[in-house]
Amino acid sequence: MRFLRDLALVAGKDLRIESRSRVALQQILPFGVIVVVMFAFALDADREFLERAAPGLFWIAVLLAALLAVGRSFSVEEANRARDGLRMSSLDPGAIFAGKAAAIAVELFVLEAVLGVAVVVLYDVSFTDVLLLACAAFAATVGLAATGTVYGVLAGGLRARETLVPLLVLPAVTPVMLGGTRAFQAALGLADDGWAWVQLLCAFAVLAVSAGIVAFGPLLEEA
Amino acid sequence: MLGRFPALAGADLDVETGDVVLLSGANGAGKTTLLRVCAGLLPLRSGTAEVLGADLVANRRAARAKVALVGHETFCYDDLTVAENLRFAARAAGRGPADADAALERTGLQRVAQVTHGRLSQGQRRRLALAAAVARGPELLLLDEPHAGLDEAGRAVLDEIVRSAPGEGRTVMLASHELGLARAIATREVRVAAGRLHPVAAAGAPPAVSPAVSPAVSPAESSGVGA
Repeated sequence: MRFLRDLALVAGKDLRIESRSRVALQQILPFGVIVVVMFAFALDADREFLERAAPGLFWIAVLLAALLAVGRSFSVEEANRARDGLRMSSLDPGAIFAGKAAAIAVELFVLEAVLGVAVVVLYDVSFTDVLLLACAAFAATVGLAATGTVYGVLAGGLRARETLVPLLVLPAVTPVMLGGTRAFQAALGLADDGWAWVQLLCAFAVLAVSAGIVAFGPLLEEA
Repeated sequence: MLGRFPALAGADLDVETGDVVLLSGANGAGKTTLLRVCAGLLPLRSGTAEVLGADLVANRRAARAKVALVGHETFCYDDLTVAENLRFAARAAGRGPADADAALERTGLQRVAQVTHGRLSQGQRRRLALAAAVARGPELLLLDEPHAGLDEAGRAVLDEIVRSAPGEGRTVMLASHELGLARAIATREVRVAAGRLHPVAAAGAPPAVSPAVSPAVSPAESSGVGA
């Protein structure tokens, strides 16, 4: 119960900061849309290839935007040493992790909804299995947000965190990229076995969340 | 450690509940380090320290739950309002909105309650940091250069909070270079020099020490503090 209360407190705080600063809305979201639009322009001559590549391009755009969201989530903790305030609080470190990851996940869900519409419009694709699409997006987003949060706090205290976070996060979320792309291909009717990839995404998400809950406290102290 | 030198070495200090201890000393003497150790923000490399019965080495989280630090930074969020920052600080310490509202009123920040931290003046930020510390309801209040950046009204608020601390069962340790102001509210003075602590005979007010109460802070015989 206390875990959930702490989680809600941290997630609410982060979402309130984002709703007020509008960094996610005015910078991260447009960035993701620009990536999708640029691919549309670059590959427009080959519509067939664009349709086949759409799932991968979608997740590349989400991953790049997620890096910005993770960086933003921890930059607010570095300003005024708010991070020390969290360390001195009575909040459960695992709940701080879960709260920050939940806030990032909410931002990514909104981003994915907008990018999904952009992909449908610009890449001229249609989804045949919306349930598969939604489950894959949910599991992939949870895994992505959890992994990003772990590496975000790890690099949080470092001067080079802006460049270090992508180097750490991108290799670690390869399963998300792979599973998300394959599941989306299946949702578009371009491949079979989409649910097997959703299972991989779910397993990765559970692993990332579990590892984060355990590791976040020591990382918050030592980073 | 500061470079190859320990920031604190051989520091031995017992503070009784209700004490208001002034830490004086030159820049780099180790005052801030000592406060950050007591706040549980810096680990001890060796030696022992207890805050309100909680071992700072073995159970740093339990010790931190009883402590609030007003440091050089506010520990607040630029995009949250004064009221929101206070409510978050209070709830994160397991306390309620009423504690946040009381701290807001006590520090005279009602007028800027809906202003975001990023738009506050330096003095208002210092007051907010103090309010956030009070909202946590700490048993040990650590103040690092608390008079810096405060106007007369702000200093009066600070003085009121420090002077009423013993009556509220609260212990205060403050590090300051503004010795005239600090001595007026302290009950004891300890001079920090080269990482060692030296009691100073006279402080502004008589000690409010009860022999029946247990030590509030005792970072004893620390031979090295990691920074």
